[in-house]
Amino acid sequence: MMQEGLDDGPDFLSEEDRGPRAVNVDLEMDATLQVDISDALSERDKVKFTVHTKSTLPNFKQNEFSVVRQHEEFIWLHDSFVENEDYAGYIIPPAPPRPDFDASREKLQKLGEGEGSMTKEEFTKMKQELEAEYLAIFKKTVAMHEVFLCRVAAHPVLRKDLNFHVFLEYNQDLSVRGKNKKEKLEDFFKNVVKSADGVLVAGVKDVDDFFEHEKTFLLEYHNRVKDSSAKCDRMIRSHKNAADDMNRIASSLYTLGTQDSTDLCKFFLKVSELFEKTRKIEARVAADEDLKLADLLKYYLRESQAAKDLLYRRSRSLVDYENANKALDKARAKNRDVMQAENNQQLCCHKFEKISESAKQELIDFKTRRVAAFRKNLVELAELELKHAKGNLQLLQSCLGVLKGNT
Amino acid sequence: MATSSDRNPPPFPATDVSKPGLSDLLDGDSDEGDDIFVSNRTSPLFVSRGVSQPERVREEPADLFSQEEAGTDTARSNGVNSDDDNDLFAEAQSDLDTNTSSSAVQPHISSSSGPRPASSFQQNPAAMQHTSLEQLEEEEAKDSFDVDVAVTNPEKVGDGMNAYVAYKVFTRSSLPLFKSKAFSVRRRFSDFLGLYEKLSAKQTLHGCIIPPPPEKSVVGMTKVKVGMDDPSSVEFVERRRAALERYLQRVVSHPSLVQDPDVREFLEKDDLPRAVNTQTLSGAGFLKMINRASDAVNKMTIKMNESDTWFEDKLQEVEAEEQQLRKLHSVVDSLVNHRKELCGNTAIFAKSMAMLGNSEDNTALSRALSQLAEVEDKMEQLHQEQAASDFFILAELLADYIRLLGAVRGCLDQRMRAWQRWQEAQSTLQKKRETEAKLLWANKPDKLQQAKDEITEWETKVTQYERDFDRIGMTVRKEFLRFEKDKAKDFKSQIIKYLEAMMKSQQRFIKFWEAFLPEAKAIA
Repeated sequence: MMQEGLDDGPDFLSEEDRGPRAVNVDLEMDATLQVDISDALSERDKVKFTVHTKSTLPNFKQNEFSVVRQHEEFIWLHDSFVENEDYAGYIIPPAPPRPDFDASREKLQKLGEGEGSMTKEEFTKMKQELEAEYLAIFKKTVAMHEVFLCRVAAHPVLRKDLNFHVFLEYNQDLSVRGKNKKEKLEDFFKNVVKSADGVLVAGVKDVDDFFEHEKTFLLEYHNRVKDSSAKCDRMIRSHKNAADDMNRIASSLYTLGTQDSTDLCKFFLKVSELFEKTRKIEARVAADEDLKLADLLKYYLRESQAAKDLLYRRSRSLVDYENANKALDKARAKNRDVMQAENNQQLCCHKFEKISESAKQELIDFKTRRVAAFRKNLVELAELELKHAKGNLQLLQSCLGVLKGNT
Repeated sequence: MATSSDRNPPPFPATDVSKPGLSDLLDGDSDEGDDIFVSNRTSPLFVSRGVSQPERVREEPADLFSQEEAGTDTARSNGVNSDDDNDLFAEAQSDLDTNTSSSAVQPHISSSSGPRPASSFQQNPAAMQHTSLEQLEEEEAKDSFDVDVAVTNPEKVGDGMNAYVAYKVFTRSSLPLFKSKAFSVRRRFSDFLGLYEKLSAKQTLHGCIIPPPPEKSVVGMTKVKVGMDDPSSVEFVERRRAALERYLQRVVSHPSLVQDPDVREFLEKDDLPRAVNTQTLSGAGFLKMINRASDAVNKMTIKMNESDTWFEDKLQEVEAEEQQLRKLHSVVDSLVNHRKELCGNTAIFAKSMAMLGNSEDNTALSRALSQLAEVEDKMEQLHQEQAASDFFILAELLADYIRLLGAVRGCLDQRMRAWQRWQEAQSTLQKKRETEAKLLWANKPDKLQQAKDEITEWETKVTQYERDFDRIGMTVRKEFLRFEKDKAKDFKSQIIKYLEAMMKSQQRFIKFWEAFLPEAKAIA
């Protein structure tokens, strides 16, 4: 059932997949808190993740334990961070995207319907491919959920969050329901307001060079990453299509080869075999590009958005601070509610300074993480491309040797 | 007479009387030819194997050694095969044992000199050499008997809707049947089509697989005429040029066709009368369509009484193969399109990467991203070449063979039509005999003589048609063998070429990524 060459084993997650995957983030794992997703089950329309924690922290009842969580619960956790004012000065790790098996499921369904119109071999082959695709998407979604948890666990402040601990430990259902229509609408409006506000706030020139630079940089970077990510996806899809075509060529050649037992037919069979093998390699190349490049870009798209959000919050608090100052001046002038105004101003100032300080550190960390992640992934990408190309070359050479020898 | 006909059997499909030394064997009603055919037909070896013996049929040996020069007639003393073949033919001559000759022949195909393009073998319409001595002598002269044809230099002539593209057809040959050793003429597409029409119509070539020319394309040509210089027009012209070249190469590698006067005229004559009956909307065009339709109807209504299942089997084989090739062709087409898409998307992605690299503020990472953008650019080029290779090598090969299989089916049809004619003649003869019987009974002596004359006339016709039918049958069988061999060779060489191109592209791929890897590692 598993496609040869892909990680396979009786269970979905093989040895290689266990342990911190941290594909897109460079994280230091320390023993006090280690989180990973040890297993995952795909049911009808939801995925159940088994979140496994190992910790030496005193606030947990045991040193090692597991719970089962669903996607909505991850979102709940993420949103609780975002809504927490105390965390305004941190880059909130981006939420994992919803597991999307729709496309894959549709294809499987279409395949089932078209079963009568193709030969048995073609059918089994296509079924295998679709299953492999399904598996790949599955692995990706597991990886993304895991990265989210790992980022939280690695963050000095967020890891202490109470909700996080509940998430990790509470072995009953968190009863987190997905947002209903009203709440979704509220969210939508909130976003609209936020982006309008964001535009206003972005206009405010920052005194601090560091932040001014970061603002311009992040804006541009975010847009370009978005662009690259979309184009990378298109490129990889074309690549997959070409690999699929090679599969059909292989089948066709095989049919031609089995018509007869002449020399030419044996030739066809050999070439069909070659196409079959080379296609597997091409598919692998596309999958690796997807993992190392496309996913990387997608992740940093989300993170750069989170960083932008941080800057927005800081700017917002700056504006609040400035407004508080103005209010204080006014109060002093009118000599009314001065105490209140002063307190308010102090609060805003304090908040602003706190955010600025942590934001600076966060942005520096972000840069370091980004550079490290890109380095890791680009190196791995190059190595994999080389490995596959060499494999392909060897295949072609040996096949040509055989074919030329026979003719 | 038997011995002389053994040595020099008349070139039976193409009665090309321009050959000295052979023309004396061919006279008006080719009686001698008939006798030979009769004796051939009764020869047990011939009937059982369905393969004509080398010394009786001129094309046979050359068909088997399509890449080498075949022996030719004694009068001319030209063309010969390698040493091995000499011995074989000597053997074949002496024991008339087709079995040993053809089976021994097969291994020699592979051991013979490889890289000669299909176009450069030549076939001569006479018997094989008898004595090995003569053959040894002629071995020296082996290399000079190629016919090499190339189609180059497409040039647009004229302007507007009357414009056309003229190609240079360059022939190099040491065959005495051409006026000089190397020469070239300018031809346009309709000339090629005209040649095909002329060859298809020839009675004498019935049963032969006439290679079909590339298809007409109104859209493609209009673009070229209108003068657009975009890459798709360029590709169209290049594709057509290559297809015309392959077409001519197939024509000249066919033993009967290369001696045909029309072919020679096509290759040599400076000014060819324009072939107007190849236009789609001409009177001739419509006539053709009508004929084709009536043929199709005929095919459906006539059920041939097949005495030899060989033909039926072959027809089924051909039809199945054609279907498979069509399927394969459509998949290869899809691959070409997807690769072109991949090309475009890679280029776009490369640009996007470059922009990203620009906005990255870590210098090492920025440089690495720019490098990645360059690698992707190079990838695009590789994909482009790969797509071209997919197309020109693989897709066109398949398209050619789909058309050729159509031609093969055509020659099977011709055999069937010959059978039809024979049957009809037989039934007419029958009717005439009945008329004669009636007249005898009615006792009308004057009309009786006429009836008797008619009977004799139809009797000869019946015999003639029967012979024609058998002759076509033999030609078809021979052609099939030749076709199968050519096809095997063609496919093998083209696919190997394709795989070699793939291999080269992988090697360059490796080079590019190897250059990138240290850049990626240098990110800090």
